[in-house]
Amino acid sequence: MAHIKLSERKLQELKEVCKSFNNDKGELINVLHKAQGIFGYLPAELQEVIAKELNVSVAHVYGVVTFYSFFTMTPKGEHPISICLGTACYVRGAEKVLEEFKRVLNVQVGETTPDGKFSLSCLRCVGACGLAPVVMVGEKVYGRVSPDGVKDIIAEYNS
Amino acid sequence: MEIVKLMIDGKPVEVEKNTTILKAAKSIGIDIPTLCYFQLKDMGIENRPGGCRICVVEVAGRRNLAPACTTAVAPGMEVNTHNIRVLNARRTVLELILSDHPAECLTCAKSGNCELQSIAQQFGVREIPYQGAQSTYRKDTSPAIIRDIDKCIMCRRCEMMCNDVQTVGALSAINRGFMAVVAPAFEMNLEKSPCTYCGQCVSVCPTGALTEVDHSRNVINALADPTKTVVVQTAPAVRAALGEEFGLEPGTLVTGKMVAALRRLGFTYVFDTDFAADLTIMEEGSEFLDRLTRYLKGDKKVKLPILTSCCPGWVNFFEHNFPDLADVPSTAKSPQQMFGPIAKEYFAKKLGIDRKNMIVVSIMPCLAKKYECQRDEFKVNGDPDVNFSISTRELAQLIKQANIDFISLPDEDFDNPLGASTGAGVIFGNTGGVIEAACRTAYELYTGKKLEKVEFNELRGMENIRHATLDFDGLPVNIGIAHGLGNARKLLDDVRAGNSEFHAIEIMACPGGCIGGGGQPYHHGNSEILKKRAAAIYREDAGKPIRKSHENPFIIELYKEFLGKPLSEKSHHLLHTHYFDKSAATFIEG
Repeated sequence: MAHIKLSERKLQELKEVCKSFNNDKGELINVLHKAQGIFGYLPAELQEVIAKELNVSVAHVYGVVTFYSFFTMTPKGEHPISICLGTACYVRGAEKVLEEFKRVLNVQVGETTPDGKFSLSCLRCVGACGLAPVVMVGEKVYGRVSPDGVKDIIAEYNS
Repeated sequence: MEIVKLMIDGKPVEVEKNTTILKAAKSIGIDIPTLCYFQLKDMGIENRPGGCRICVVEVAGRRNLAPACTTAVAPGMEVNTHNIRVLNARRTVLELILSDHPAECLTCAKSGNCELQSIAQQFGVREIPYQGAQSTYRKDTSPAIIRDIDKCIMCRRCEMMCNDVQTVGALSAINRGFMAVVAPAFEMNLEKSPCTYCGQCVSVCPTGALTEVDHSRNVINALADPTKTVVVQTAPAVRAALGEEFGLEPGTLVTGKMVAALRRLGFTYVFDTDFAADLTIMEEGSEFLDRLTRYLKGDKKVKLPILTSCCPGWVNFFEHNFPDLADVPSTAKSPQQMFGPIAKEYFAKKLGIDRKNMIVVSIMPCLAKKYECQRDEFKVNGDPDVNFSISTRELAQLIKQANIDFISLPDEDFDNPLGASTGAGVIFGNTGGVIEAACRTAYELYTGKKLEKVEFNELRGMENIRHATLDFDGLPVNIGIAHGLGNARKLLDDVRAGNSEFHAIEIMACPGGCIGGGGQPYHHGNSEILKKRAAAIYREDAGKPIRKSHENPFIIELYKEFLGKPLSEKSHHLLHTHYFDKSAATFIEG
């Protein structure tokens, strides 16, 4: 495993978060949520810091991180792509859209492209069912996406 | 105390409120089968995740079957532990567990001692109707423990031992569903984790998922090599448990038969680690007195309490967790590692042979000893002071392989000079024993008076943390004792905070001390076995003609002839060590 240098500023922020939870080991899941919010993902080095702050074993932290699918140890891409697989989007062909993203980017769900530009994930309903199928890139929402439109969306971020 | 009345299998039962169905049933002689459930009674050790579902029973009025190990009794409850619905459900659960378990019983190290195997036999399972995916996970071999996770049934006993009892935190359940395994952080090898090799995970694992690294082949090869003089040392706790492997009642002392068996196996000299334990007392006891007298003279720099250092699991633990206190433990090596250099630097010279042509084997109740003898600081030009350390279980295996009828062996005596020992050396095997042995010697050396009663009963027992104040002719000496690393951590936290009231603390990594070591015959959660072994150790001590280490004539001779005096330059060179900071050891290479 390659060694990662964590940003001092973000680490300070994380320690503040732990403090706000009184460094209570019972708050591990909450702390992990916040930590993933700050760093975007939960690398091993970060888990070691959290273990120390909350006085739990690293093995335990890793156990929780690997149990919940929300937590990830892979850094998200610069442009995180999420495909809605909620009922409305699904029946209107979201799966085909997802397949096309996988094909074009050559990654699986939960992975990031080697250049770090795009990561691919799925979510359930963004509350825009009228626009189904829906794709989000970062904060931007794309509606009525067809497999043919996938290349155009990617191209927007590749220029 | 509230009493609850209920019916189990048509029999009335009265138990305390909050008792589980499992225990209520047991109280009237109904043994509900369990697999994940584990308890060491009176030692505060219990595992009941309710995960395996083997113990399900029918409770009248409840739609689903209930796990007996986690369901509390209720007034008027009607429980059925073996009707057809229960038996079918239990069998299905077992068949599903077996469907993801390698059918390797013929070659499995745990065969004959495997709880899954015995339940399969108990249920009469002759085929497994379910076929599907089987988990595959790499085998992880550390210096002392092998993890073969394909055999894991996720009972979580190891996790309970590692985290709750020992507070080591090397293991955790990771991933979920079919992918779930018990592993160190980031699925690194055990060797990279804070594992202390105490082996308590091995001693509670119901299957062959966690076992010791077997060095008995190396021993056979050494014994077959005509150029080698093979010397063996046996730890105190082995003689109180080895008999169990041959069907003898727990607590049967087999010292003489063990010596006879070792001789028949071909060891040239059968020596005793108890001798080295006496030597440890000379060094550690002198160090204690040295610190104590300097402290009493007002030396503020002196480190008190002194901590015993004979337990390698404990040494690993403080190197990982308390490296800032590295100057607090005694620098005395463990008896195993004191024996090594005395055999190779003193006895080998007496015999006129090169140390490289002497092989020292130790028989230990312990798995951490396997790691300890591989430490670099215990080698001379790559030649280890102790070549191989094998467990009580491995010795039993060797004896059986050599067609020795252990039960009918005569009692034989250890060889001299490194086989002579006192009662003080023997009690090293029990929690509280090392410090009792040290006090027998320290008292006489400090006061110059004869100790009339050598037993310090206030230091004995099985309570997790014990303390006593001994009267050294007017000087009150405060002694602390902890067994189990979680208990040790509590005493150490006090030392770190400067709140410790003790002058000396004994720590043993394993519950019960070495008699409960990770290399002992499996106790399967029966704490009575541990108590019987402890009683046997005290019996052996009581029967010894000499019971104080400093009165061992061969120890006296060793100092006269070779070492000079305790804490001499030669003693420091051969019998003392130093500790390392392993806290920074992180999982991440880089």
